[in-house]
Order: sequence, then structure tokens, then C-alpha cells
Amino acid sequence: MTTQAQLLPGTLDLLILRAVSLGPLHGYGVLLRIEQISGGALLIEQGALYPGLFRLLRQGLLKADWGTSENNRRAKFYELTAVGLKRLQEETDSWNRLATAIASALAPQPEEI
Amino acid sequence: MRLIDSLRSFVSTLFHRAEIDREIEEELRSHIQHRADDLERGGLPRAEAERRACIEFGGYQRLKEESRDALGGQFGEGLLQDIRFALRRMAKKPGFAIVAILTLTFAIGANAVVFGVLNAFILRPLNVPQSESLYGLWRLPGDMSESYPDYLDLRDRNHSFESVAAYNVMQAALDTGSDPSRAWIEETSGNYFDALKLEPYLGRFFHGSDEHGPNSAPYIVLTYDYWRSHFQGDPSVVGRVVRLNKFPYTIVGVGPPEFHGTLIFFNPDFFVPIVNHAQFDETDLNNRGNRWVFMTLGHLKAGVTPAQAIADLNSVGASLEKAYPKDDPKMRFKLARPGLYGDYIGRPVRTFMTALMLLAGLILLAACANLGSLFAARASDRSREIALRLALGSSRKRILRGLFAEAILISLVGGAVGLAGSVALLRALSVWQPISRWPLRMSVNPDVKVYAVALFLALASGLLFGAVPVGQVLRTDPYEAVKGGAVETKRGRFGLRMSFRDLLLVVQIAICAVLVTSSIVAVRGLANSLHNNFGFELKNTMLVETDLNMAGYLGDKVPPMQKRMIDALAAIPGVETVGLGDQVPLGDTQPDSNVFTDSTTDLRPANAATNSIMFKISPEYFQAAGTALVSGREFSWQDNKDKPRVAVVNRQFARKIFGTEAKAMGAYFKLPEGARVQVVGIAEDGKYGSLTEDPQPAMFLPILQSPSNSAYLVVRSSRNPEQLALAIRSTLRNLDAGLPVYIQTRFQTLDAALFGPRMATISLGVLGVMGAMLSVVGIFGMASFSVSKRLREFGIRIALGAQRRELLQAALGRTFRLLAFGSAVGMLLGLAAGKVIAFIVSQATPWDPIVLGGVLVTMLLLGLLAGWIPARRALATDPLLLLREE
Repeated sequence: MTTQAQLLPGTLDLLILRAVSLGPLHGYGVLLRIEQISGGALLIEQGALYPGLFRLLRQGLLKADWGTSENNRRAKFYELTAVGLKRLQEETDSWNRLATAIASALAPQPEEI
Repeated sequence: MRLIDSLRSFVSTLFHRAEIDREIEEELRSHIQHRADDLERGGLPRAEAERRACIEFGGYQRLKEESRDALGGQFGEGLLQDIRFALRRMAKKPGFAIVAILTLTFAIGANAVVFGVLNAFILRPLNVPQSESLYGLWRLPGDMSESYPDYLDLRDRNHSFESVAAYNVMQAALDTGSDPSRAWIEETSGNYFDALKLEPYLGRFFHGSDEHGPNSAPYIVLTYDYWRSHFQGDPSVVGRVVRLNKFPYTIVGVGPPEFHGTLIFFNPDFFVPIVNHAQFDETDLNNRGNRWVFMTLGHLKAGVTPAQAIADLNSVGASLEKAYPKDDPKMRFKLARPGLYGDYIGRPVRTFMTALMLLAGLILLAACANLGSLFAARASDRSREIALRLALGSSRKRILRGLFAEAILISLVGGAVGLAGSVALLRALSVWQPISRWPLRMSVNPDVKVYAVALFLALASGLLFGAVPVGQVLRTDPYEAVKGGAVETKRGRFGLRMSFRDLLLVVQIAICAVLVTSSIVAVRGLANSLHNNFGFELKNTMLVETDLNMAGYLGDKVPPMQKRMIDALAAIPGVETVGLGDQVPLGDTQPDSNVFTDSTTDLRPANAATNSIMFKISPEYFQAAGTALVSGREFSWQDNKDKPRVAVVNRQFARKIFGTEAKAMGAYFKLPEGARVQVVGIAEDGKYGSLTEDPQPAMFLPILQSPSNSAYLVVRSSRNPEQLALAIRSTLRNLDAGLPVYIQTRFQTLDAALFGPRMATISLGVLGVMGAMLSVVGIFGMASFSVSKRLREFGIRIALGAQRRELLQAALGRTFRLLAFGSAVGMLLGLAAGKVIAFIVSQATPWDPIVLGGVLVTMLLLGLLAGWIPARRALATDPLLLLREE
């Protein structure tokens, strides 16, 4: 458990967008996909996924439709909209900038050595 | 965008709440099932797998709520909360809510009623197809009437109208086999219904092709209402033969339900062809000089503009002028809307209704000012609560939303109640028959426009008065609440806000004073005009209306019958005198005639010396009517056809034709047919057409020398009117059971003449009372607010030994100064408004000590009434209690 990192506030939305950008998924599928692409390194409370999904749905970044899952159960499938794709790119860029900045700030500086 | 989004999701949340809940639930369950599937695949038994899945999922209920909020439930929930909160607050102070709702109920109700009437009379088109292209022909300068031959020429020779129809208003006795009853009818040209593009409800209409010369078309078309009320909606009525003025007529059809003729103020009972005119009246159908046809009207052809139509009519008129110079001088036209008889009724109605709408709008504005200051006062009472909420992290938006929710809730409830009241009032007005003998019905039933206007006004006023405390909330400083002192906004701003509120109060009081002044002016004017000298006596007079024509008396049979009626009524015990006239002053119609000086030889209308109202009367008429003779003699039964023509004229006539009254006695004048008439007496002036008219020339001719078959019997007696009416009815029935008789006291006959002034007075009075109530509420609110703000100060003053008088001055001085200022402004405006009122109510003048005093006393009483409770509260301040509270 300790190997898993807590999510930073606001990053769940980005992860959901990223997960869904690889193809339509139902809620549980989103969870599995995030686990898979993060290499199981991130801890997400399962139910907390849904307020995030609905928030994105309401902002028009996702669209949803009922369908049948691979387990033959009824499930709601989420898909990225054009706006959602654009937002994903923007957020990814800004995250990368932030991460680079933080990483370089935290990296050992020459004078420290 | 976001607002629209949240509104949309709010609406969908409201309506689909359950559905959304169900969907969220299903989705979350589906997640848990999927997880359980995986766990099961990992080797767990199903039941254990599901339990684990549930635990892993987390707090189900909490997540469900959060999910719902994320979906947009937030806004709706918040609004519902606001409304619940507002309701709770209103329940806690029901007095405030009730006062606010009542204020709006009256203000919005008044607006809805006035708008309903305005809508029905002015905005709503006539109930005929394509009414926008329907015009009446207005003959300049005077009116819309034509002679029948002129109508035919206009109809046949114009190129602008699809077809021109004509109608005339008439009374007739309808005998369906039992008692003959009097009915109001319209004699119409054969093409009338076709020209108006109407379809019958039952049977058929008569058409132009039914006209084959005089008395050739004995057909009746009933209006729908008359068919329902007098024939019980019996469809077999079509084809039935009835007697009209003793002549057989066939009922051929029933008109459409929504059609009441083309005059808004006159709802006829049925229609007969105008070619049968000789069976209703003695005027000659073929006389080109006698313009008795009430109105001509028609639809303009498509593409013809009114200006083109007028030019076309004028050219027809010019050729008629040339052909008949004696009968048709100056035939110039304009087009007028038929519903209110062009501008004749239209202009006063429009002017008055617009003014009334304006006043009603002012009332609403005053109400908003009122509620605005009440709301501001409440918001500052709540300033501590608001500051606390802000300090705890509530947003200003949220607090304002709460305030607006309360304001709009109040305005909607007030609007709904007001609308309900006004709908009831309008419905009652619609079935009310204000003048018993005249088929006047005001169809002012509210339609969708009235509802829309009421809703709009409610919302607008809610936003308006809800907006007053906005600045106050925005300025509230949360740190003040934390610091714990009295929460007050800064001094300078405080002063500014107070003066804005003062302004609201002054405006409101001024509006109220205008309304009070106007209504007192109108009431006083009406009272005055009833004690006026009409040129006849109202007291102890009965007016008996008969129509010998309807009973089949024609030509030579008329005068003896008239004499018999007079003698029979004079023989009733208690009757002093009986006179007979073909018409009476302030009656339905006022026939007039051109008059020429004795020296005029060319008697064309252009040479007339004046136009005079003409009464044809029996001997003793003057005594019976109570009209005083200034000089000369009355008529006697000797003034008959074999004697030289004589006349009694009024003073105005004498002055206008002869210069002075002295010169008039014994002098001669001429009537259009050439007769020389000698003046043998001079009577006092009177009111003939309306109560507000200037003195009109009038002449009285002996009925034996110029016979008329219309007969009003004026009976003078001090007996009880009801008993007398019974005696008169049975006496006349003994003479001829088929004679239609209509009996009223002379007072009742003035209903029609007084209708306008009465309606004006009532509506102004109602608005005045409402204005008064509003300012009581306003002054009360203002005074009690300022008292409650300064209670601590009063406590200290009392403790230091202040006198009651000083205390009162401190508590209410400001309010009363505002009251005095507002009243003064309002009275000045009211004096100006009085001039407008004088057009409708005769003798209405604001320069009357009773009016001015009345306004002053009223305003003072209102102030005392409103200041009473706050003053008591200020005086009853207990310093110990207040100090202890701190």
C-alpha cells in the first residue's frame, strides 16, 4: 500500500480524460485503465471516480451512453468529446510544464553538491 | 453561458430528479457488480466478492450525493433551500409578509383590471375576421351617419372598398306569441354580414340579393346571445315566424357566438334588413337630406391604402355635391375605426384609460418604493446575521439570491392573488349591465395578454424592490460582526442611503396625494353636477317611454292616441300634471334641425343660422318636466295643424338667432322645409346631450303641428314611484294591451348620462383609497424603522429626563416633515390633474375649499394613523430594559 501515491487535488479529472482518450470506457473500466497506465502506482477511492466523471460530463468534456459491458452487464460508457480532447492536451501541457518546473526545482542543485 | 447551463440543469433536475437518482444508482451498482465479477474470477465466492466490492467502493450514500451535486443538482437544491428559508422567515414575521403581499395584491390587481379594460376597449380588435382592414366612413366634420340614398351611391361608386355596409340602431317590439317585449335591433344593409365576412352559427344570413325594394325582406337574424337568452338556444327557431311591430318576420338564422355587432358599447338583440325601415320609423328611406343611417363601414380592398380610399370617397362626394347641392354640401371624408365610433367615444375612452393606466402604474411604483424601503429596513435589521454568514464563508451572491428569492416569492404570491381578484372583477364587469335600458355590455373578459402583463409586473416589481437592499448587502463588512459591535455601515454612506429612502417615501406620498386629490375632485364634481340645474326637475318625476309605432299606430291614429294616454295618466289619483315629448333632455337621442333667420330665402344647409335641438311636445309638458318659462306662454291643444306655426325657444336660441331675448318674443324664424315659425315663449336653458356641454340652442314645437310617433310621457307626482309605476302600467294596458311600456324615475334615466362620470369617479376613488393605504404602510414602515433604530437613544433621553413632546419630535419629526413635503408636491400635481378630470366630470374643480381642506385633512389623518404605533413604541421605551439588554 505504501508504494501507492496519494492523488494531488485536481489531478483525477486529468487522469480520467487521459484514460478515456484511449477509447470508450465504462466507470469501472476507467478505474482499471488508470491503474494500468499508471502502473498501479496511484491510489484512487473507487467511488470518488463518479463525482469526477459527472463533473466532466456536465462541463461537456465527456459524453456518455448506456451499453453492454464485456461481462454482459448494463453499464454507462464514457467517450471524449472534441472539447474534452482539447482540454486534455492543454492540461497535459500545463502539467508537464509544472512537473518539469517542480522537478528541476527539487533536483539537486550544483551548489548543493 | 454558465447561467443558462445551470438554469437548464436546474429545470431538468426539478423535473427529472427521480430519474437522475435512479440512473446514478444503477451506474454505481453496475460498478460494484463489475468489481465483484473480477474478485469472483480471483477465486472468492460471489457473496464475499460483492461484500468486498461494496467496501472498496467507499461511502455509498455520500458518493451518491456528491455525484448528484456534480451533475448540477447544486443550483436547484440551493434555490429550494432559499425558498424554504424565505418561507421560514416569512412565517416568523407573518405581519411583514402579509403587509407586503397585500400591498402587491392591490397594486398588481389594480394594474391588471385597468389593463384588462384597456385591452378590451383599445388593444383588442373587433370580433370580426380581418378587422385590421375594417373602416367606417367618417363624414367631415361631424360624424359617421349618412342618408340612405347617399349610402347607396357611396357603396356603388367607390372603388376602394370590397363592399360598404350600413346599419342603423333602432328599437322594436318583438312578439313571439306572448307578451310583446322591446328589443334593440340593428337595421342593416343586405350585404352587412357578407361585407363583414361572417358565417352564421345556425340557418342563414340575409344577403344583398334579398332586397327587392321597401319592406321586401321580412327576415330576422338573431345574435347568439339573444338566441340563448330569449329562445333558450332552441335550434328549431330558424324558420319561425314572429311579429315585429305587428308585422310578420321570419327568423332565418343565428349569428356567430363571438359577434355582438360592430360597436363595442352596443350589443343589439337581432338584425333586420334596412329596406324594411318604414315598419320601424317614419323617416323616409329615400330622403337624401336626412342622415339617419347610423354608420357605414367596410373592408378596404387588398392593396388600397387609407389615403387612396379617402381620395376615392372624396371624388364620389364631389360628384354627389354637384348633383345634389341642397342635400349634400361639402362631402369630405376620413376613415375611422368603427368599434368606438371613431374618435367620438374612442378619444375620451383612450385618454381616460391611458391616464388611468398611468395612475395604476404610479400605484405599483409607489408600492415598489414602499416594499423596497421595507426590505432595506429588514436587511439592515438582519445586518448582523448577514455579516455572520459572510464571515462563515457564505458568498454575497448566495445571500443576495436569498433576498431576491424572498422578494420574488412575495411578488409572485401578491401577483397571483391580485390577478385572481382582478379576473373576478373583470368577469363581473363583463356581465354587468350598467344602464338598464341600453344594451351596453362591456366584454372585458381577461385574455392571455392580461395574465402575461400581471406576471410580468409581478416579476418586475419583485426584482425592483428586491434590488433596493443590494448595495447594503454588498457593503456589509464581515469583520464588524466578528468584532462584535453593532453592525452598521459607515456613517457617510448611511446618510446617503437614508436620503434615498426618504426620496422613495416622498415620491410615494406625492403619488398618494395626487390620487387623493383627484378622487376628491371627482367625487365632489359628481355630487355638484347632481345638484345642478338641468333645465328640468328630477324630483317627483316619472318618465314613461312608449312606442306607438311598435303597437301599430301610424299616421293619423297617432295624435288621438297620444291625447288619450295623457288624459288617462292625468286621471290617476295623485298625478299632478302629464306632458308628452318625442324625446327628453339627456335621453337616448337628440334630434336636431337647422334653423334659418326669417330673411333667408335660400334654405340650403350652408345658409343655416344655427343648428338647434328640437323637441316636439304636448301642452303642459313644461309644467310636468319642471322647465321654467322665462317669458311668453305655453302651448295649448289649440296649437294644431290649422293654426299658424309657433314655438318656444330657450334663452340660448333666442340670443343666437335674435341677439337678445326681448327681440326674440313674437319674432319669426324658418325651418328647413320652409315653414315660418313664431316664437311665443322663452324657456330656461338646460342640459340636453350631456352634463358637460356648453349651453345649446333648443326649440320646442307643439306636437300637434309637427307630429311624432315616438312618445315619452313625463308624469309629475309626489306618490311613491313603485306604486305609481304599477298604476301607470295598468292604466296604459287598459288603453292598449299591445303597447310596449317602459317606466323609470327621472333619476334612473340619467344613468346613461352619468355613466362616464360615475365610472371615472369610482375608478379614481378606488385608486385614491389604494394610494392612501399604500402611504399609510409606507409612513408606518419608515416611522417604525427609525424608531426601532433609535430605541437606545430614546432610552438614554428618557433616562436623562426628556419630555414626551421632545421625544415625539425626535421620533417622528423627520417622517412628518417628509409627509408634509410629499403632500405639498402631490397637491400641486393634483391641482393640475383636476383640469383633466373636468373634461369627464362636470363641475370638477380643485379650486374649492372643501377639496383642498379634504386633501389636507386626509393626508394628516393618514400620517396620524401611520405614526400612531411607532409613536407609542417610542414613548413606551423603558430605559432600564434597554440598558440591561446591552
